[in-house]
Amino acid sequence: MADLTSTFCGITSPNPFWLASAPPTDKEYNVRRAFEAGWGGVVWKTLGEEGPPVVNVNGPRYGAIHGADRRLLGLNNIELITDRPLEVNLEEMTRVKKDYPDRALIASVMVPCDADSWKNIIPRIAETGCDGFELNFGCPHGMAERGMGSAVGQVPEYIEMVTRWCKEATDLPVIVKLTPNITNVLYPAEAALRGGADAVSLINTINSITSVNLDAFSPEPMIDGKGTHGGYCGPAVKPIAMNMVAEIARNPATANLPISGIGGVTTWRDAAEFMALGAGNVQVCTAVMTYGFKIVEEMISGLSQYLDEKEMALADLVGKATPNVTDWQYLNLNHVTKAVINQDDCINCGRCYAACEDTSHQAIEMSPDRTFTVKDDECVACNLCVNVCPIEGCITMKTLEKGEMDERTGKPVGDYANWTTHPNNVAAVSAE
Amino acid sequence: MTNSPLTPGITAGRLPEESYAAQFSDLHPVLDDHEALVAADRCYFCHDAPCMTACPTSIDVPLFIRQIMTGTPEAAAKTIFDQNILGGMCARVCPTETLCEEVCVREIAEGKPVEIGRLQRYATDALMAKGVHPYTRAEATGKTVAVVGAGPAGLAAAHRLAMKGHDVVMFDARPKSGGLNEYGIASYKAPDGYAQKEVDWLMQIGGITVETGKKLGDGLTLDGLKADYDAVFLAIGLAGVNALRAEGEDADGVLDAVDFISELRQAEDLSKLPVGRNVVVIGGGMTAVDAAVQAKLLGAQNVSMVYRRGRARMAASAFEQDLAASKGVQIFYNAAPVAVYGDGAVEEVEFEYTSEEGGSLKGTGETFRLPADQVFKAIGQTLDGAPEGIEITGGKIAVDAVGRTSIAGVWAGGDCASGGEDLTVTAVSEGRDAAEDIHAKLMEG
Repeated sequence: MADLTSTFCGITSPNPFWLASAPPTDKEYNVRRAFEAGWGGVVWKTLGEEGPPVVNVNGPRYGAIHGADRRLLGLNNIELITDRPLEVNLEEMTRVKKDYPDRALIASVMVPCDADSWKNIIPRIAETGCDGFELNFGCPHGMAERGMGSAVGQVPEYIEMVTRWCKEATDLPVIVKLTPNITNVLYPAEAALRGGADAVSLINTINSITSVNLDAFSPEPMIDGKGTHGGYCGPAVKPIAMNMVAEIARNPATANLPISGIGGVTTWRDAAEFMALGAGNVQVCTAVMTYGFKIVEEMISGLSQYLDEKEMALADLVGKATPNVTDWQYLNLNHVTKAVINQDDCINCGRCYAACEDTSHQAIEMSPDRTFTVKDDECVACNLCVNVCPIEGCITMKTLEKGEMDERTGKPVGDYANWTTHPNNVAAVSAE
Repeated sequence: MTNSPLTPGITAGRLPEESYAAQFSDLHPVLDDHEALVAADRCYFCHDAPCMTACPTSIDVPLFIRQIMTGTPEAAAKTIFDQNILGGMCARVCPTETLCEEVCVREIAEGKPVEIGRLQRYATDALMAKGVHPYTRAEATGKTVAVVGAGPAGLAAAHRLAMKGHDVVMFDARPKSGGLNEYGIASYKAPDGYAQKEVDWLMQIGGITVETGKKLGDGLTLDGLKADYDAVFLAIGLAGVNALRAEGEDADGVLDAVDFISELRQAEDLSKLPVGRNVVVIGGGMTAVDAAVQAKLLGAQNVSMVYRRGRARMAASAFEQDLAASKGVQIFYNAAPVAVYGDGAVEEVEFEYTSEEGGSLKGTGETFRLPADQVFKAIGQTLDGAPEGIEITGGKIAVDAVGRTSIAGVWAGGDCASGGEDLTVTAVSEGRDAAEDIHAKLMEG
């Protein structure tokens, strides 16, 4: 068993799997059970100002996107930050941390955008014994209308300013949680760094309408005939989140800024992918809201086995794929592959044929007895057939060796060459 | 009630009265909404789908399943009925394991096909439950067509012809329409009077008049029909039954399986229907299975099904054989009847083991006897009552690909006609296609 002990911006936890600030971490009862189940850390559901807590809607809070067999692929929510009094949360956090000293306990915070609010609350929360803070600059609904959450996260200057206030108010690590509802994630990430952030976490949820009630003509979740945009999360957002993680990890200015990866992490493999792209650890929410806390057992066993098989330490996984994230212009245009259909695995459904014939390059042939074969002289290696095939591994891409003939172009495969030097590129850099 | 499965001879009420309903309940109850969605989710929406090719009526299976998946089972039903107006019955009685489901790519991938038959039933039941009939008649053509036989082929033809605007008169020898759907299919495949409900639903198209109690040679002549109607469609089925050709087969208690099934289907009270303690069914087709299983369900103690050839040659599918075995029917292969023994009524049947060499069947000389109070013959039906002068091939009325017979103006389809398997779905396909050809011919002017 590989050692999964993780140290993230100075915070140690027995594994890199934290629960994100969300309903699962709303109270002592949940967090104790999460720790018992094996979660390495918890970001407590976002604390707000002292005084009357926020209120939530009393109708449905979640909307969903389902895949085949009603698998939950995407979830959106219109829930706000904690709706329980600050005092109660602080007492509970203190008790939990005392009983689970080896687990990471992070306080998520969101208060109005003035120095006093932040500087007053941070030291108070620190008294719970928490290991660090996560500044919630991400929530896209409700709180943003009140000038908090993503309303702050969308203005780099505010991020920098608030981060600085918090760093001035505590010696504990400060993690800045970023909203994806921006054009370029590097601006808020760099702002956090300038403000002194010890780490960033991303992504928070994405503005979304998951479905429309076609009888009532209202977005879902529908509250008395009306709906509002909610924050989207779950497996469906993972590709968006991973891109943002990779952008920060490969940006020279932020390359050394620790990242807590969030967005659709459901299995050990998802976690490993985030970490390979540069995340120091991951946070999970939708997956436990779908399957319960127990999934962490699979995540622990899966990641351990993977690291053992790779003979790799956890820390070495972090950023392992980052150097291979590049710009399109540097991709090798002389890398030629062709789809190959394994006839033994093929079940003759013909989806590859329909996809290629109707929407791609007419590069798959169908015989009268329903044998599907790739026409190498038409195949541009787009990979669509691989993606629509219901049998994993049935269609693969074969790489042509250098010097081999590409039947489509009639030319042998050449050396590495990319767009920057391609003759069709009017801005091509001269080879001289 | 003192009778039991052990009561000797042929008697009714072998089971507690309240148990018959459960015994003869739906073999495959309709899927509920959740089950239907789960089942529909498994469809890969194949290109040029093998299931559609395998269906004799070419139902667009991937499309109707997608329509179920998207919450529009009524549209799914319309997709089915467009090709097969008896899609509801076919969903119940089709041997899907040798048709659409056999070639389902998930059968290849996982040994577990998409449940096409049950999904088809889900869709067709949903539409029929709404009591709507989604077709209307075209403008009246003034043409008339006689359809002889109100079974699946006749009903399919009549519906299509009526839809095209022709006036149809459908004749049948029996008191009810439906043919084998009403009289010849195991009751657990279409319980609750489904066959009649389906006929009533189909008749909502209008323009079809039914005259029962009439058949060729008994109130009808082909010449008379030809003179009175613009076209004639023959769907008279196979009314004859093969003989055992075993000594003593005239003994009491030796019956045609089709008569037993028909009697059972029409029985108002199954507890009043007599069945033997020891029942022997001779034959290897669906009729044999239907008779054997139902005899068992009626409370017979021992039911044997004896087929003269090997298991692989049996016309009943593996599913049907397994069904029979699961109900407690014992199946003997490679045994042919030699003689029926008994003093007036049957007491025993003697069989000789057989072996098949180069396609021909030979007795091995070794024999065995099975005790029997009741013997059901299910060794095939034959054409009976075909009009004189019509060309016959392989014991059936010769037809071309669109159902034309050797006599101009006369079409035929279903079990009485050459070509295709003797299945409900094949009959529907033949009736539909003949109707299209009749329509084309009539509209030539």
